[in-house]
Amino acid sequence: MTRMIFSGYGGQGVLTLGEIVATIAMKKGKHVTWMPSYGPEMRGGTANCAVIISDKVIGSPIVLSNIDILVAMNQPSVDKFLPLVSPGGLAMVNSSIVTDKVKSDNVDILEIDATNIAVQVGNLRVANMVMLAGFLKNTDLFNLDDITDVLEQRFEGSRSKDLIPLNIKAIQAGMA
Amino acid sequence: MKVLMKGNDAISEAAIQAGCKAFFGYPITPQNEIPEYMSRKMEASGGVFVQAESEVGAINMIYGAASAGVRCMTTSSSPGMALKQEGISYICGANLPCVIVNVARCGPGLGGILPAQSDYFQSTRGGGNGDYYMPVFAPSTVQECWDLVFHAFDVADKYRTPTLILLEGLLGQMMEPLEMTKRPPVTVDKSWCTDGNADKRPRNVVTSLSLYAEVLEQMNIDRFKVYEEITKNELMVENSVKDGDTVAIVAYGTPSRIALNAIEELAAEGINAGLIRPITLWPYPYEVFQNLPSSVEHILVAELSMGQMVEDVRLGVEGKYPVHFYGRTGGSIFEPSEIAAKVREIVKGAK
Amino acid sequence: MSKVVYEKSRGLTDAPLTYCPGCSHGIIHKLVAESLVELDVLENTIAIAPVGCSVLAYNFFNCDGVQAAHGRAPAVATGIKRVIPDKIVFTYQGDGDLASIGTAEIIHAAHRGDNFTVIFVNNATYGMTGGQMAPTTLINQKTSTSPYGRQEATTGKPIKVSELMAQIPSAAYIERVSVHDVQHIAKTKKAIKKAFEYQIEGKGFSMVEVLASCPIGWNMPPVEAAKFIAGGLMPYYPLGCYRDIHAEGGSGA
Repeated sequence: MTRMIFSGYGGQGVLTLGEIVATIAMKKGKHVTWMPSYGPEMRGGTANCAVIISDKVIGSPIVLSNIDILVAMNQPSVDKFLPLVSPGGLAMVNSSIVTDKVKSDNVDILEIDATNIAVQVGNLRVANMVMLAGFLKNTDLFNLDDITDVLEQRFEGSRSKDLIPLNIKAIQAGMA
Repeated sequence: MKVLMKGNDAISEAAIQAGCKAFFGYPITPQNEIPEYMSRKMEASGGVFVQAESEVGAINMIYGAASAGVRCMTTSSSPGMALKQEGISYICGANLPCVIVNVARCGPGLGGILPAQSDYFQSTRGGGNGDYYMPVFAPSTVQECWDLVFHAFDVADKYRTPTLILLEGLLGQMMEPLEMTKRPPVTVDKSWCTDGNADKRPRNVVTSLSLYAEVLEQMNIDRFKVYEEITKNELMVENSVKDGDTVAIVAYGTPSRIALNAIEELAAEGINAGLIRPITLWPYPYEVFQNLPSSVEHILVAELSMGQMVEDVRLGVEGKYPVHFYGRTGGSIFEPSEIAAKVREIVKGAK
Repeated sequence: MSKVVYEKSRGLTDAPLTYCPGCSHGIIHKLVAESLVELDVLENTIAIAPVGCSVLAYNFFNCDGVQAAHGRAPAVATGIKRVIPDKIVFTYQGDGDLASIGTAEIIHAAHRGDNFTVIFVNNATYGMTGGQMAPTTLINQKTSTSPYGRQEATTGKPIKVSELMAQIPSAAYIERVSVHDVQHIAKTKKAIKKAFEYQIEGKGFSMVEVLASCPIGWNMPPVEAAKFIAGGLMPYYPLGCYRDIHAEGGSGA
């Protein structure tokens, strides 16, 4: 079982990012749950979602402890969730926004310059996708083809389909 | 092929697939995805969507649409459900079929928007005036949200009663893989409906009014005969308590999932517990407590309330076992470890 | 052989009316029934009864009938009309039902422009419950809950429903009429029929406010009550068409 939190400011696309990861896992035949925080913070403040991927039926969809993977897009997300990551867990941090060095004795920290890379490839809004590079580099949950498949299905018949190459470019830039 | 879908979206699409032709609702968190979905999809599927002026307006539009003989649905959340109670009482009194969904939040009053199960009494005891009940279904997964919508429409039509789907805001908001399986609606006689076809049949009347005691009493007796039928045919419960379990945990909706994790945690340390998950909250599966394995010594009820379903459990247990309670409210949700701790406390206390 | 000079409209059932002697409901029922028959829509009509004296109206109109919760008839009408738009739907409501407990429902049905007809019977009192003060009760009018006469200082001025409804952009036709004499009854019939015609033609929300008498509630003999409509109610509630968006140079078009 892999327990994940995706967290950031509203508008940084963390809910979508969590949904993409959950969808990939679903397509691989896993049990998954995706649970958003839906308090008042969903409008403009800090937003987060919990994703659980498992080979077995999932009981509680809530992740308040024992986080295996944290994706933190801003400082409040680091402050709130890093202490809840299990020893040996992974924290991916958007170092464009979280400028102070993140330190942990027992959690792997992976800094990704997500927002800057997104701007460089041409669209600030794909910063969330850059974070997927961290999954490709540091986990064996899925590969780039899995991401492409899900994006193609997600944007099927929509104008956003044109943005898929940009998304892939963003992820590849994050890998570099 | 499975799709990843929110509970609220699953309920919306299932309703459309089940032949719902009218949706009336009013915005309230955490059920807004449903009216939003319906506003996008109802018209295209040949149905009607109206954003009512209030929950009172919405439930009375349901009363109208149901009297005209079409499948219809309204959804709301706890404070809005309080407003709908007048209409629900009338709908029961007039024997009209419809589906009502409560994506519940915490109260009382405006309370908060976080999940709760504190509308159990309101849902299962007839929240308005008069003698009535309605079937109440409590899903615990997105798939079950989908499946129960089809079932709720069928049960409503079959027995001419409103049916309620009661879930916590959490389940409405969460996404899970969903198989969008379809089933054809039951065929029922709706020759009673007031659809303006009095040139083809005798005129029909839909009313809950009767000013004559003996007539109204008979109407109530007849309705309770239907309730007996519903109780006989429509009870739904999942019981995983097996021989060797010393504790039976009773929970519905999301807490039943949390209880599963607790049961796993306890099993690792040699404490055997099983889960009783009522799926219909009315009718309530009282009998399940009379047929538990002899190893069972304690019952623990876990609810997101100060203790409401626990009263039904006590009724079912009839004093045979000690009934313990663990609840959180106000939008707080227990973790598996809290339930496990409570079970340990119970088991140790017994020794 | 004798010639039939008058017969009861087949738009009404044979159920004996339950209204008090001198009450206007009987006349208004007849006008509605005749209109539905003359427009050849009776069998395709759904009548929605309110809570109040006309709570049993579904027993009297010879068409499908639905009884609604107090004040909620317009919401029920919306529910019905939206799912079977080719049928004729009307609510029959009193002033307590429509102008007090049901203000949200009536205003928003009109606001949505829902294509049904409202027959609003204004007799300035709650008849059914024993002649209590209504929002439409006149200043100084004595009722069982304004025993010293309605006082403006504590209860405000009587609400003018037609004037209020005429301000709603999506309302199509709003007219106030009276049934205190033969001439006015004829005009009332015309207004009611026009309202149903509008509905048949899909022209939108229509409401006819009928000033009516309540001899028992007002504690007056019927003839005096009819005179009170003309001399008491009408000066405060002027008759006339308050809104007709489809008329030549119609208001609010």
